[in-house]
Amino acid sequence: MIDLKRVRTFGLIAGGTLSFVAAIGMVESFNERTLINPGITMGLLLILGIAAVFGYIVAAGKPNPLVETARDSRSGGIAGGLTGAIAGVVTSLFVLFVDTFDVSEFFPNMREPLVEAMTFELGVPVGLLVLTAVVTATAAAGGAFHGMSDSFRAGMSRALGWVVAFALFELVVSEILDFADPLVDLIYAPRGGLQPWAAVIIGALAWWLSTRYKGRGEAFTERVKDSEAGSRLRRSVILFGVAAVIILPMIVGGVVNELLITSGLFILMGLGLNIVVGLAGLLDLGYVAFFAVGAYGTAILTSPSSPAFAPGLSWWIALPIVMVLAAIAGLFVGTPVIRMRGDYLAIVTLGFGEIVRILLLSDWLTPIFGGAQGITRIPGIPVPGAGTISGTDPQLFIYFTFMFVLLAAYISYRAQNSRIGRSWAAMREDEDVAEAIGISTVQAKLLAFVTGAVIASFAGALFSAKVGTVFTNSFDVLVSIIILVVVIVGGMGSIRGVVVGALVLIGILGGPKSPGLLAEFSEFKLLIYGALLVYMMLKRPEGLLPSVRRSRELHGEDLTQDAWLDKGGDFTGDSAEEEATT
Amino acid sequence: MTSRTPVLSFKGVNTHYGAVHILKDVDIDIYAGEMVSLLGGNASGKTTTLKTILGYVKPTSGQVLLDGEDVSDWPTAERVGRGVTMVPENRRLFKRMTVKENLEIGAYLRPGEDLSSDYDRVFELFPRVKERLAQKAGTLSGGEQQMVAMGRALMARPKVLLMDEPSMGLAPVLVAQNFEIIERINKAGTTVFVVEQNANMALSIADRGYVLQTGKIVLDDTAEGLLANPQMRQAYLGEV
Repeated sequence: MIDLKRVRTFGLIAGGTLSFVAAIGMVESFNERTLINPGITMGLLLILGIAAVFGYIVAAGKPNPLVETARDSRSGGIAGGLTGAIAGVVTSLFVLFVDTFDVSEFFPNMREPLVEAMTFELGVPVGLLVLTAVVTATAAAGGAFHGMSDSFRAGMSRALGWVVAFALFELVVSEILDFADPLVDLIYAPRGGLQPWAAVIIGALAWWLSTRYKGRGEAFTERVKDSEAGSRLRRSVILFGVAAVIILPMIVGGVVNELLITSGLFILMGLGLNIVVGLAGLLDLGYVAFFAVGAYGTAILTSPSSPAFAPGLSWWIALPIVMVLAAIAGLFVGTPVIRMRGDYLAIVTLGFGEIVRILLLSDWLTPIFGGAQGITRIPGIPVPGAGTISGTDPQLFIYFTFMFVLLAAYISYRAQNSRIGRSWAAMREDEDVAEAIGISTVQAKLLAFVTGAVIASFAGALFSAKVGTVFTNSFDVLVSIIILVVVIVGGMGSIRGVVVGALVLIGILGGPKSPGLLAEFSEFKLLIYGALLVYMMLKRPEGLLPSVRRSRELHGEDLTQDAWLDKGGDFTGDSAEEEATT
Repeated sequence: MTSRTPVLSFKGVNTHYGAVHILKDVDIDIYAGEMVSLLGGNASGKTTTLKTILGYVKPTSGQVLLDGEDVSDWPTAERVGRGVTMVPENRRLFKRMTVKENLEIGAYLRPGEDLSSDYDRVFELFPRVKERLAQKAGTLSGGEQQMVAMGRALMARPKVLLMDEPSMGLAPVLVAQNFEIIERINKAGTTVFVVEQNANMALSIADRGYVLQTGKIVLDDTAEGLLANPQMRQAYLGEV
């Protein structure tokens, strides 16, 4: 049966979404990037993607754990198509509105180029019909897809996924395949975009591989996880990973390494903030202050042109001094806020972050920190036999970033699984009871602040050496917010989560000051961040790669209790005695 | 009692919340091995007394003594380190942790020690807790949560166990069971200080009792004496 109410609701939402991405100029700017030659642009992919996803959602129906959703491609396709038709009409009306009335004074993107982009340059009456037809067809396909067999779904999604990945990440692919230059020239058109036949081959290959090696991936993961048989396998997987991490920067070019370094700095800060927010439960919105302490500390200690005091130390000697400074800063911020909880703590730390930035910029401290001029001529990291390594050699600099990420991950891991980690967990849940058990919450909080601060100072020290100059605008409140988003999206309390969160958000979408791999997103990244944050909070509050503890906290006890039963735990639940539940 | 040093005592303690005077010249002495009840109606200062023992609230005058030592300025964690542990009102388990983790963290101040005998003791008192070890504490029933809360406190091997309203929110059958277990814990050598509204129940197992009324100790006698006291019967046992 087709749920017409659902079709209507989601049709309108889809139409609204399409109109919205058009109105903010996303379609237009994405159109500048060709994915598959000729004609399939990123803007088109955006329209098709939205239509297909909504078609699929409608066909999938409301999730109900008690009722298995019927999987029927015909009714799914019809439901999807109807949804798409509504969405197409809504979007067409919007485009018609933009074409008829001139509102560009208030909405600068709502002008002729938008109409052209949305009508595929066919003009108003014809183009609108084409748009509606395309949206309807795609949504119908999305709906029908839900009803297809599992093997079709697996093959199709892999095929589409790989083609889109090859097209989107052209830069990375062509840098990795640099040694096989003719191949790159074959796959990609001279002015960018996959060649159509290459797209077909990649898609077919991905499909074939998915059917040929169906289930092998899961089986392999199982074997690796298996404690006895997997130990040798695990070792080789780790070795392979280490080798990949060592070799990858050598084969990818400067641009990708640059992105990896920026992501690495955010992984570092994410790991540090994860200790403060994820483990100790202290919402710190001024975390960038510690990054600034690290960066300015390194700048003053190493740069020969530091305004007031220029000892011109080597980076390696400056580093421990900077760590101590950051620890002191952590105590300095931590001590006054130790008695505050929740929202109050967030507001006060937000203030502290801004105070640091404004002090650095102030006339009063300009003689020391250079004010708006910042501090320049910061040397890189001296390495015996290799000169000084700075951001101009991203292929070498990346290894320092890796090193510190590893160190921070190790610190987090040890902290998490120790006595102090348990005391943080207890404090996060109930501060009063934690104290009644003998946990000194003052010490636990200060330790969290100090550890977080020191890890952020690693990122600051690396940042100074990489960029060579520090200005206050690198340390505004947006950085704190974005680090927090990285931690939340990745998964609070989870080390892997922070790594993945930073790679996806910073590496692909772009950081606060730098574009990511998909530079098209940079204009819209805050919008995407916001949308992602809302979606994650609603659907997956534990993050992309959650920690075991967090997912248990956020979901029922089913996980642990099931695991317990699997282990043969003698569970003798006696419901007759549960009467006392009040 | 004798002239021994009390394990826990209040000497002329006064506390204030802002300008509001809560405890007024309270004197309490609890000796090792005793079971003492603090009785009182709503807003009589019972919970504040416990908070003052643990240091959440600092007295404005007077002294809190543990084993004869003035701890009035000590932070909570250090007082707990001296062997005072509380089973809080409404249990207040770490609901998102498993039962096992709740017990484990109860022994926070004994790092590196072998806890197996402590677990055995808890399981002996509360066999049901053993069945629930891997479950999230928040999913237990009220009675089970009370058991885990007491187990968590016992894991610290307290010298003095403070109990805040153990009968709160429990079915009558469970309240009786609970007091039986409190009695067993006391018999095994732990000093127990129970703060309760349910005077009959509390006095049935206590050695002595204090009665608190609007922040003042108005009665102080043995349990039998209090139960026989007409003033007490009128005020708290509901008899006219």
